[in-house]
Amino acid sequence: MTRSGSLPRYILQRVLLVIPMIWVILTLVFVVLRVAPGDPVSAALGGKLSDEALDQRRAALGFNEPLIEQYWDYLSAVARLDFGTTFSDNQPVLQVVRDNGGATLSLTLAAFLLALVLGIPLGLVAGRFRDTIPDVVIRMFGILTYAAPVFFVGFLLQAYAAKPLGLPTSGASSPITAFTVEPVTHILLVDAFLSGDGAAIEDVLKHLVLPALTLGLLVCGVFIRLVRVNILQTMQSDYVEAAEARGIARGKVTRRHAFRNALVPVITVIGLQFALLLGGAVLTESTFNWPGLGNKLVDYINDRDYGAVQGIITVFAVAVVLISLLVDIVNALIDPRVRY
Amino acid sequence: MRGVLRLLAKPFTETAGLARWMLVAGVAITVIFLVLALFAPWIAPYGFAQSSADGVRFPKAGAPSGDHLLGTDRLFFDVFSRVIWGARTAIEVVVLSILICVAVGVPLGLVSGYYGGWMDRILVMIMDALFAFPSFLLAIVFSFLFTDIIGGSVLAVALSLSVIYIPQYFRVVRNTTVSAKEATYVEAARAIGASDGVIMRRYLFGNVVQSVPVLGTLNAADAILTLAGLGFLGLGIQSTDAAEWGHDLNRALADAGSGIWWTGLFPGLAIVLLVTGLTLVGEGLNETVNPTLRRRRLLPVVMSARQETTMTEGGN
Repeated sequence: MTRSGSLPRYILQRVLLVIPMIWVILTLVFVVLRVAPGDPVSAALGGKLSDEALDQRRAALGFNEPLIEQYWDYLSAVARLDFGTTFSDNQPVLQVVRDNGGATLSLTLAAFLLALVLGIPLGLVAGRFRDTIPDVVIRMFGILTYAAPVFFVGFLLQAYAAKPLGLPTSGASSPITAFTVEPVTHILLVDAFLSGDGAAIEDVLKHLVLPALTLGLLVCGVFIRLVRVNILQTMQSDYVEAAEARGIARGKVTRRHAFRNALVPVITVIGLQFALLLGGAVLTESTFNWPGLGNKLVDYINDRDYGAVQGIITVFAVAVVLISLLVDIVNALIDPRVRY
Repeated sequence: MRGVLRLLAKPFTETAGLARWMLVAGVAITVIFLVLALFAPWIAPYGFAQSSADGVRFPKAGAPSGDHLLGTDRLFFDVFSRVIWGARTAIEVVVLSILICVAVGVPLGLVSGYYGGWMDRILVMIMDALFAFPSFLLAIVFSFLFTDIIGGSVLAVALSLSVIYIPQYFRVVRNTTVSAKEATYVEAARAIGASDGVIMRRYLFGNVVQSVPVLGTLNAADAILTLAGLGFLGLGIQSTDAAEWGHDLNRALADAGSGIWWTGLFPGLAIVLLVTGLTLVGEGLNETVNPTLRRRRLLPVVMSARQETTMTEGGN
């Protein structure tokens, strides 16, 4: 039914849909941050600069222009990948993203891998042995990992696990490592490997364990629930019944027929989990004082720095939309039914 | 009245074994927290921001004892009292935000789905964009905005939570309306001259709100977590205005390394328990509503013994 020629068309359609999506999100961000009372410049810098200096900054940042013009400037700047500057420390947002994004990236990726490795096997076992003791235990575990806020898991790990295991609870590395490792990619783990310094690698990895475990457990619960439900539905399908009717052993049917198909929808949901991961990352970073983008965002919020908040949220928005685009395309490549 | 009771009992009668047990446990936990929230002033021994009683100052970060069952924190507050008052804050915020969601999302979805046209398209686009964005980040941005406008209060947090859940109510109600408005009974109503307003209020409303309770329960669990997350980041309610579990955990983090476990453990457990309870209720409801997950009890079928004569006669 599906011609292979329809894949490029699907991708093109999907790419075209991204543009209005980003536009709506950007407009929302702009409107939300401009309806706030008071003006952003004095909110961030009031008391620190003289009135004249404040006026100059306001003019330089374009706050004296009509709203519609500011809106246009904002949109066209984003199109040029210029996300503005922060008000409080006058840095380009892109530089903030470069300096802190790497830490967020390594944290989320490590957490994600951990969640996959833990979540998928547990979900498969729970679904296969429905309503037995393992299923009950695994389901409760899944609900608990969802119900426990990341900062509570972080608190428990810091209070009970950090000391016995000799693991650090704050930051992404000890100061000496941060000082000696040359920033090449701005992703500390990669830079540590590039430097070839064994002690630095060990130090960075040790710092990563507890935050990654905390964030990973959150997403792991989602995978357990998802895989379990998928297995339940697959086990009831006709082709599984047909395989059983042909006399294939139960274990083999489960492994060869049910498991594989049950895992296909997981790929779709992986993309959706990115949003959860980002939200959880903000809290994990705050719990472990992790020098990532989420932590930075909270700092800027407490400083009432509208420029930084607008810029960082815009970067997040573009990233989320692009990643969901990527997931959809990968999905279309794997599963022909998607690209109708 | 009996109809309402039967409707309420439906999730219990239609589930069996483990599923029913989980639902009952969930309802029990939720009810306990509701009672704590309602009767907080009578159950909690002290106020949420009370640091002394009868002129005697509470100990600073004192371990659990007879006077302070769960100890005291670094601000001299009684942890047990704050956990109980925290239930009130959590329930207040969640109930308020669900009310706002229903009050905004349902009519908007109904009108948008009923009239269609360009307004519908724009609303769908905005709601989809809100839905696609990481909800916690959205909550952060909106609480940043609302606390600027109306101060860090229960209302400000409830409003920021509403923003992230309204798209779900809008979407469910709109899609049901789009399919329901083509139904024969709506056509009949139109034929007898009912106005659009009457059709929406009297005919469509009752049919499109049926999925709202399940959505509400599932969102309530998520809302508790989001509220605690905002509190943890210091974006929610300040600790002298109300007791908030997330905010208490933030302050407790500094204690984790120094062996003071009681300031963080108990508010954390309260969050875990309440969210687990609400999730169990939501999942239980979902299993009865979603037929692909439902497994009803199988009744054994007893075949009557075959008789030779009927076999041969029936064979022809």
